[in-house]
Amino acid sequence: MKNLFKLFSIIIIIIASNSYSFAAEKVEYLKTDWSFKGLFGKFDRASLQRGYQVYTEVCASCHSMKYLSYRNLAEPGGPEFSEAQAKAIAASFEVTDGPNSDGEMFTRPGKLSDKFVMPYDNVKAAQAANGGAYPPDMSVLVKARGGGVDYIYSLLQGYEQAPSNVSLDDGVYYNKYMYGNKIRMAAPLSDGLVEYGDGTNATVEQMSKDVTTFLMWSAEPHLEARHQMGFKAIVYLIILTILVYFSMKKIWSRVESEV
Amino acid sequence: MSEHDYRPKSKVGQWFNDRLPLLTLANHLTDYPTPKNLNYWWTFGGILTFCLITQIVTGLTLAMHYIAHADMAFESVEHIMRDVNYGWLIRYIHANGASMFFLAVYIHIFRSLFYGSYKSPREIIWILGIIIYLLMMAAAFMGYVLPWGQMSFWGATVITNLFSAIPLVGEGIVTWLWGGYSVDNPTLTRFFTLHYLIPFLILGLVVLHIWALHVPGNNNPVGIDIKKPSKDTVPFHPYIVIKDGFALLMFMIVFAFFVFYAPNILGHADNYIEANPMVTPAHIVPEWYLLPFYAILRSVPDKLLGVVAMLSAILILAVLPWLDTSKIRSAVFRPLYRQFYWILVADVLILGYVGAMPAEGLYLLIARVATAYYFLHFLVILPVLGFKEKTLPVPLSITEPVLAGSPNLAAARNKESKLE
Repeated sequence: MKNLFKLFSIIIIIIASNSYSFAAEKVEYLKTDWSFKGLFGKFDRASLQRGYQVYTEVCASCHSMKYLSYRNLAEPGGPEFSEAQAKAIAASFEVTDGPNSDGEMFTRPGKLSDKFVMPYDNVKAAQAANGGAYPPDMSVLVKARGGGVDYIYSLLQGYEQAPSNVSLDDGVYYNKYMYGNKIRMAAPLSDGLVEYGDGTNATVEQMSKDVTTFLMWSAEPHLEARHQMGFKAIVYLIILTILVYFSMKKIWSRVESEV
Repeated sequence: MSEHDYRPKSKVGQWFNDRLPLLTLANHLTDYPTPKNLNYWWTFGGILTFCLITQIVTGLTLAMHYIAHADMAFESVEHIMRDVNYGWLIRYIHANGASMFFLAVYIHIFRSLFYGSYKSPREIIWILGIIIYLLMMAAAFMGYVLPWGQMSFWGATVITNLFSAIPLVGEGIVTWLWGGYSVDNPTLTRFFTLHYLIPFLILGLVVLHIWALHVPGNNNPVGIDIKKPSKDTVPFHPYIVIKDGFALLMFMIVFAFFVFYAPNILGHADNYIEANPMVTPAHIVPEWYLLPFYAILRSVPDKLLGVVAMLSAILILAVLPWLDTSKIRSAVFRPLYRQFYWILVADVLILGYVGAMPAEGLYLLIARVATAYYFLHFLVILPVLGFKEKTLPVPLSITEPVLAGSPNLAAARNKESKLE
């Protein structure tokens, strides 16, 4: 058994010593209490719904979310809008469909099965509208950035007056959490920018937290199911391990040898 | 040998076994005499078999939903993660399973290094193992390309470009590997095909690896030859089966922790950005299990020599049984080797660490020293140690793993006589 503990401590050392976190430049990100972290972590439903509102009213004018469908908004483990609400949300978007029997493309109100409507037709159009910078697709954005949710949360609140030794081109802004500190996106949030239906005060901090929670869900829509199954699986494995340990002791008691 | 005397009890069994001796094989596997003093470092063979089967089963399932096309691969992975039932579970098991596989194989290899399991008469087992390890690296590398993220694309570009270091034909070989003039759709489809093929090659080699093992039998922590079957051995079933099973469950707990609670911690964030040939990531790093070799590659200023050094670092292991001149297998009885062994472990960990760092300044210097030491260990220290080292007295059997004259010996003998 002693050997086993040694073994697992070595495993942990190996993993820790190879962790990529060393490779990233160390910046202290802003911290907040994420409800989805930890063994039983779940999304805060109200925060997800507010986060969707921030996304759709603010971010969606430039950032696409091409891997999400409107039906996802009503699925368990997500913002869990009612089906009627999700249908209404979908119907508020114009979707290009077709060709019809005349060979023409046409627009119709969105359906649950439609993907989120994209703000631009293609990457080139997005770049042209944003001074050459492409606003990245947000579907898996939190997983595509080293600092994850903490990074996005900090970045949204990281806009500052540039220090005097930093010169900024037109359309470039200073953000203390951005890699290289220069960002092509103007500060997207300001206090009271959206009006929350549930009366929550829409401070920059609150909106940052809500929209980041929403982005975590969009990147990991099955996070809650994963945590729930993980807990059950690990408890099951631990119980089975204990039973097998005693069986092993019993079997090996027949021979003069240690296990 | 008792196994040759085996005869199934039933008439049908006998009829079948006379024509295809599968029952004899099953009997051999269950009765296989195993040294009874094997410690938990010996459980990783079973764990590795589990890893291989897990990768094959989850991989087959993923292949049913994955689309090997440069324009659709990334999206199809997101489709698996979002819309395929338990697709997220299967993919996270497969992705983390690769890391777990390498974790286990490194422990397995370093166990062999410590206890001298590669020495006569087990050289063929060892060499088969090295071939398996090489194939694992190829499979893992190609698997990492399939999601077609930024690290997939640029990792593939960097690694395939290594072949351009070959004089005269290098450039031609790279074009041939790519199926074009850059990493693109033809590269992806052939990597997918090979990624699908290699695990089955590994499976075949594993069968040979185990077959070759069953000729001399297992080495053991004392490192001496044992008579089998004898009081030094236990039958594989149930003794080793239950012990391997226990260790496997412990391993699965660690595995499950990664899959359910930190599924992306071992991967690189950039691989969630779709491949873009126009944008190079700031740091291109391979997966953690390839980092020591990546560090060796980058520590040599010349490209061709760097590739040679990296390949030699792996291939040198294949001739290890002849580089190690010591007659004593287990490091338990080799006080000097034991120290150099741990220095080598530290050296490889350091190489892994600097492999993840930018190749500049102090990191580059450390990488160079560590690379030099790696080769020094195998090419100088090991051959010389065999002649110079004063080894400790080795017991005659594993039931007497204590030195003659020690009071423990009498106690051990007492216990034995009681058993008999």
